Amino acid sequence: MEAAALTRRLFTTDHRLIARQYFFLSLFAVLVGTLLSMAMRFHLIFPLVRNDLLTPEYYLSLLTLHGTIMVFFVLTLAPVSAFGNLVIPEQLGAKGMAFPRLNMLSFWITAASFGLLLASFFAVGGGPLSGWTAYPPLSVVGAIAGPGEGLGQTLWFFSIGLFCISSVLTAMNMIATILDERAPGMTLMMMPLPCWNWFVTAILTLLSFSVLLAALFLILLDRLAGTSFFVPGGLLVADEAIRHTGGSPLLWQHLFWFFGHPEVYIAILPGMGIVSHLISNFSRRPIFGYRSMIWATISIAFLGLLVWGHHMFISGLNPYSAIAFSLLTMVIGVPSAVKTFNWIATLWGASLELNTAMLFALGFVSMFVTGGLSGLFLGQPQLDAYFHDTYFVVAHFHLIMGIAALFAIFAATFYWFPLMFGRMMDERLGKLHFYLTFIGAYATFGPMHFAGFAGNPRRYSDFTTFDFLAQVMPLQRWITGAAFCLAAVQIIFLWNLFRSIRHGVTAPPNPWASNSYEWQAVHMNTEGRY
Amino acid sequence: MLFAATLLLITLAGCFLFIFKPVWFPLPVTSAAFAYDRQFNWTLWICGGIFIAVHLLLIWTVIRRGRATNPVPSSSHKGLEIGWITATGILFIALSVLGSRGWARTSTGPAGKEVIEVDAHQFAWNFRYPGPDGLFGRTDLKFISDSGGNPAGIDPKDLAGKDDIVTATLRIPAGRDVLLLLHSRDVIHDFFVRELRTKQDIVPGMEIPLDLHVDQPGSYEIACAELCGLGHSQMRSVMIVMPAEEYDRWKQQH
Repeated sequence: MEAAALTRRLFTTDHRLIARQYFFLSLFAVLVGTLLSMAMRFHLIFPLVRNDLLTPEYYLSLLTLHGTIMVFFVLTLAPVSAFGNLVIPEQLGAKGMAFPRLNMLSFWITAASFGLLLASFFAVGGGPLSGWTAYPPLSVVGAIAGPGEGLGQTLWFFSIGLFCISSVLTAMNMIATILDERAPGMTLMMMPLPCWNWFVTAILTLLSFSVLLAALFLILLDRLAGTSFFVPGGLLVADEAIRHTGGSPLLWQHLFWFFGHPEVYIAILPGMGIVSHLISNFSRRPIFGYRSMIWATISIAFLGLLVWGHHMFISGLNPYSAIAFSLLTMVIGVPSAVKTFNWIATLWGASLELNTAMLFALGFVSMFVTGGLSGLFLGQPQLDAYFHDTYFVVAHFHLIMGIAALFAIFAATFYWFPLMFGRMMDERLGKLHFYLTFIGAYATFGPMHFAGFAGNPRRYSDFTTFDFLAQVMPLQRWITGAAFCLAAVQIIFLWNLFRSIRHGVTAPPNPWASNSYEWQAVHMNTEGRY
Repeated sequence: MLFAATLLLITLAGCFLFIFKPVWFPLPVTSAAFAYDRQFNWTLWICGGIFIAVHLLLIWTVIRRGRATNPVPSSSHKGLEIGWITATGILFIALSVLGSRGWARTSTGPAGKEVIEVDAHQFAWNFRYPGPDGLFGRTDLKFISDSGGNPAGIDPKDLAGKDDIVTATLRIPAGRDVLLLLHSRDVIHDFFVRELRTKQDIVPGMEIPLDLHVDQPGSYEIACAELCGLGHSQMRSVMIVMPAEEYDRWKQQH
């Protein structure tokens, strides 16, 4: 390809091409993130194999990078940026996104952010190891706090800062597109549910990522300019007195979780929209309770902004605040249950078409319910006091935020693949992949709850120091085995994906017999379509 | 059918795990911990019921698919929707209110209690007792020396500090009220003892009180439960609950 043509493709302003760029970036990210988690699982069950690679600091870096990559570059990019870009204009009957060049800029900022994050792993002094939550003072006081707290941590903060900027730009673009670019006559209350969910997600992104950006700015000042927003006075780290004075470590937690909790909904709300769309399509009937679905989405987002404190029940906050945060948290269960009931009511008595996309959508419902129920334990401060920072929490957020959101991404990939590549994915391979993934995910994260019942702390690089952890080792070995199987069967998906891009059956104009707008459009030969 | 069978398999496997419990909680040793287990069981029954019910509903819809060749379009049903909003609302709020009852964490202050200072740092624990005079000696960063036998940084000129006891394991008397004052000198740590069914972050720059009352003598592991750096998973100590007279004797011998 000529240089000019290549530049045009790389710096495209076509929303469908940008959607593909995001899709492949997040696909690459999920591969890296998965390989990191495999290394972690290996490390955990062979604690006695000590060499240059299996050091505790290496484990903690893997953990930090795994969390960061999955939360930001997979669970935010794929459902919001990739499928949002692909589908929003199509479903609204718009020509494209409201600000095409801004869209291109967002993608390249994201790519730079990902590059920085990968670079941080190889930084002099070790990769960052403060976890994806980067609590100060550990993440602020610098290299004296241990390996990974030097350059690696600084790069990490810069990377996430760039990510915030690109997310806010994408969110503005989506809000403008949804408000201004709808086809004539399509009122907001006629908009397809996926667009409604992307709309609410974009508003949440604007409100939460901007707060994280501000917090990152402050913490970088703490690290690089000697301010003390998050570090109190009178600290002695590794026998060295720290010069900071008067800051509050809890302030970071407030700001971080004011972003961090809405972030969970940023990852899952688009999935809910996608699943509603698919369940309706393959039940061959409109979604039950369209209006209540919209109000449930808005309530979840609104309440989601008010519950950050449930990550901080045991952080040293005033214990009375926990009661308010707990009540608000449990109330989120109501709109979530409304959605579940609506899905089941749509399915009830319908003639279902159980193709791969629909199976993943139904798998989402199962995972969402299972993962949501453990939230009813964690939402109670009393019960959280034992489960906090144990494998029970790890099981909870992997099921509801990780696996459920991934199932929605898989469903969206199978469903909108014809829109992206003009071909169909293979159904037989798709179903095989679904069943193995569904069982594999439960086999991995189900037993993890039990490690939590035994009080097994998370973020431990090995389980050999504590006597009580001997009893969880068989369970941890099982989890590692299941996780390796779960990761291995994803090869079926990759094979199916790349094979179908080149050799899949050519898609008919409306492959799913849908009445939604994205399949009615006739501009089949424009750039980026096919 | 295959999908319905898979859902059934997962539902049964879930029930199986909860019946045969591969690993489980340690025995509780405080009344708060017993209350914890009660609240946990309540929540488990409710959530288990919902888990099974939703999966049975999913299985049912999948098995019955295709029966309706001309399915009725769904729309909405006010009564049904108001019904389930009310039902789940009452259930979840009730759980939250019940769960708040066991959340009695505000300390009642040091009066009449055995006061012990906890000093957490990368990656070890120290515990300081005021000694016979009942007063903690003044501390300062510049006196801290882990190798020189003064990990708490007690000012050698302060008389109140002369009889302070500093240990690496936590000893507390059974059957008496204990107040732990949690301190960290570097990063955030967390005091976690499974048998107490509680944990508390230890935040540098703050003194966080934690009330304890353990009746059951025994030895319980203390784990750090907040990522504190390289040696996080090695940050272990032991809480030894001694019969009260034995505890008094131990303190006198120091």
